[in-house]
Amino acid sequence: MTSLEIRNLALAAIALAVAACLPLYGSDYLKSMGITVAMFTVLATSWALFSGPTHYISLATAAFFGVGTYTTGLGFETLPFWSLIAIAGVLGAVLAALVGLATLRLSGVYFVIFTLGLAELVRQVITWTQNMSGQKGLYVLTDLTEDQLYLMLVGLAALVYLTGWLIGRSRLGFALRIIGDDETVAAHSGINTATAKVLLFMVSGSVAAMTGAILAPRYVYIEPALAFAPILSFQVVIMALLGGVHRLWGPIVGVIPFTLIWETISVSFPSQVTLFLGIAFLVIVYFIPNGFVGLIEKARDWARKREGFA
Amino acid sequence: MDIMIIGLLLGGTYALIALGLNLQYGVARIMNLANGEMLVAGGFTAFWFYTAGQISPLLTIFIVAPVAFALNWLIYRIMLEPLVKRAKTRGQLEVDSILATFGLSFVAVGLMLAAFGGDYFNYSFLAKPVTIMGDTYAQNRVAAFVAAVIICAVLYGWLNWSRSGLSIRALSVSPESARLVGINTRSLSAVAFALGGAVTATGGALVSSFLTLDASAGIAFTLKALIIVIMGGVGDIRGTIIAALLLGVVETLVASLIDPGLTLAAAYTLFILILLFRPQGLFGRRPT
Amino acid sequence: MTVLSLRGATKRFGGLVAVNNVDFDVQENQVVGLIGPNGSGKSTTLNLISGALKPTSGTISLHGSAISGLRPEKITRKGISRTFQLVRLLPSMSVEENVIAGAVFGHRRRWGHEAHAEAQRLLDRVGLGGKGQLQIGQLTYIDTKRIELARALASDPKLLLLDEWLAGLNPTELRTGIELIHSLRDEGRTIILVEHVMDAIRSLCDACVVMSSGSKIAEGTPAQVLSDPEVIRAYLGDDDA
Repeated sequence: MTSLEIRNLALAAIALAVAACLPLYGSDYLKSMGITVAMFTVLATSWALFSGPTHYISLATAAFFGVGTYTTGLGFETLPFWSLIAIAGVLGAVLAALVGLATLRLSGVYFVIFTLGLAELVRQVITWTQNMSGQKGLYVLTDLTEDQLYLMLVGLAALVYLTGWLIGRSRLGFALRIIGDDETVAAHSGINTATAKVLLFMVSGSVAAMTGAILAPRYVYIEPALAFAPILSFQVVIMALLGGVHRLWGPIVGVIPFTLIWETISVSFPSQVTLFLGIAFLVIVYFIPNGFVGLIEKARDWARKREGFA
Repeated sequence: MDIMIIGLLLGGTYALIALGLNLQYGVARIMNLANGEMLVAGGFTAFWFYTAGQISPLLTIFIVAPVAFALNWLIYRIMLEPLVKRAKTRGQLEVDSILATFGLSFVAVGLMLAAFGGDYFNYSFLAKPVTIMGDTYAQNRVAAFVAAVIICAVLYGWLNWSRSGLSIRALSVSPESARLVGINTRSLSAVAFALGGAVTATGGALVSSFLTLDASAGIAFTLKALIIVIMGGVGDIRGTIIAALLLGVVETLVASLIDPGLTLAAAYTLFILILLFRPQGLFGRRPT
Repeated sequence: MTVLSLRGATKRFGGLVAVNNVDFDVQENQVVGLIGPNGSGKSTTLNLISGALKPTSGTISLHGSAISGLRPEKITRKGISRTFQLVRLLPSMSVEENVIAGAVFGHRRRWGHEAHAEAQRLLDRVGLGGKGQLQIGQLTYIDTKRIELARALASDPKLLLLDEWLAGLNPTELRTGIELIHSLRDEGRTIILVEHVMDAIRSLCDACVVMSSGSKIAEGTPAQVLSDPEVIRAYLGDDDA
């Protein structure tokens, strides 16, 4: 390991420790924000693990998330909570594998549409099954506290960062970078491009489903329209792009400011959130295509160049 | 039998909407995810004219079409052309235009929410029965279908037999060669995009005469239009029409035989089957 | 020993027959030139061998086992590497990483220090020693071609396909380029090259396959085929023959 890597690892450990101690010192507002930030950090970072190198825009987060919440909702009375998280992870990975095998051979547009419709498909099917059985929603009553859920999310975040770091150093990570640059070259270098993409998509889907499983007790009552809300997918895409998807630490740089603004707007101007979401998309495309990380790196290069001249 | 006909009537209007998207994606190469909002805006206009002045939606389309054309032309020139210019690869343009048109779609929904509120809107235009082959149907559906057929036919004829239609088809098949034979690809792309928007908005005005819409209904139509375009084959008008009719029938079958809540699920299942077995579209050749 | 053989290889695009029933063999340590006028199906043939396109009919086999219809990554792993007619590099990566990309997943696989060392060796080999850390945008045209060659060599292929590798070079670069391929030939590599540069064909090839309108019209040593009246007619048209 180089000294730079040791420094980054130490920084990450400190940040994680500060985050993990939030329940000890945070106010109620801070704790409630903490849980939202932790949730979106996990979702956006795992989204970027797949979409960053491959440039495929996945809108399936809500579908995976919903599958996770329903796993907890259906199983919390019979199985221990940790096993539900594991089951949700497996289900998310399986669903991602199916979607990936069907669409990742095709162009990016097909993938976007497919993933956009996926949450809607699962939602309609669950609603229909519930109507057939006369059931409406599910109560998820556990004795888990907000602080416990928060710590689980921080743990999951640590796991995501670790996975991302390991993938980045692995052949799989290298293969994805090649695929992102030129898929034809990748195939002619001996890379099974479909497998590589599906594997990463499975990681991302599995993490989103686990997040949903962890957060289900927080909702207390779950129903399809809530668990599969499509807006979640869009929020995740925006936060990840806003932060920057080319670095592992990029998405969190977008998650924190976006969550703060989002909370403010949905409290003060609840009818304007859609408009805000749209403007955020346009701002990213036209003004910060590489996210905050891109801006930071550009500023650093510029500063370095100036130093060189001085 | 009557399910089939209701399905075909619905499919006819779908065809118009999907044709609009196909012009935008197949010719101007922009996957316009704000297409459904253009449809809702067209529907709003028809609703407004009908409730305020009792003007028939069949006349309103003559106002909706040129306004939508101008609006979409501006959108292409101001928002999308810079993306086309800066894109180094087809893939980058794809990602950029997906994000930009998503943004546009949300902004449009936000504005319509602010202007009209979140209520559903509908009006009763020609809500009288008409009898065809022994079964009765709502006149508004039949009128919308007939209008859609006429517009599709005109469009089809124009693309196939006029000189400007030929240029558009050339651009759709091969932008590079089109440039070589002296076609101004940039301005023609803008025209195709604008035309697509106009066709979709017209479809919206027609649809509003028999379906209930609201400000956020657009995305479902975008999704359906996309599914139709991909089923029928990008740039293939005949395929689009057939795929639209097919989707109309399948949706109506599912809605009346199983559950109306499952229409999108049905459309989506059809889409999955197409992706798995004929990703090049129903009538397309396998790409080589 | 026969490395590669094509039997009845055919590719149709709709009604157009781009490659029509082509047979030929490539022996070990042989450099075979695939030549012919523009649009005669040379590049398509190369794409059939590398798996970029699937043949409509016919078989292609590598060391006696059929590879026709396999996906490109499978064919690469079995030991066929290629360069592209229009240079394709990985723009977000350094020169060295571009070469390593060829070493990790292909016929012979290396990772970590081994891959790094191999990339260094190959960069020296193709004349890019010391340029490993440069970005792709900083390179001259011939250097981009050198990287592609190094990437193709990085998996230690049994057969190397060069698709107009010499095209677009200026006279000085061309000389350097021909020398470079000559040195590969002297190493005993088995190579198929699609080429228009006649000087290169004369000095590099042991055998030539000539194609016209999708079919093979001649085969033999460069001197034989280039004096064949049918080949001359194919290149110059009927009037001049």
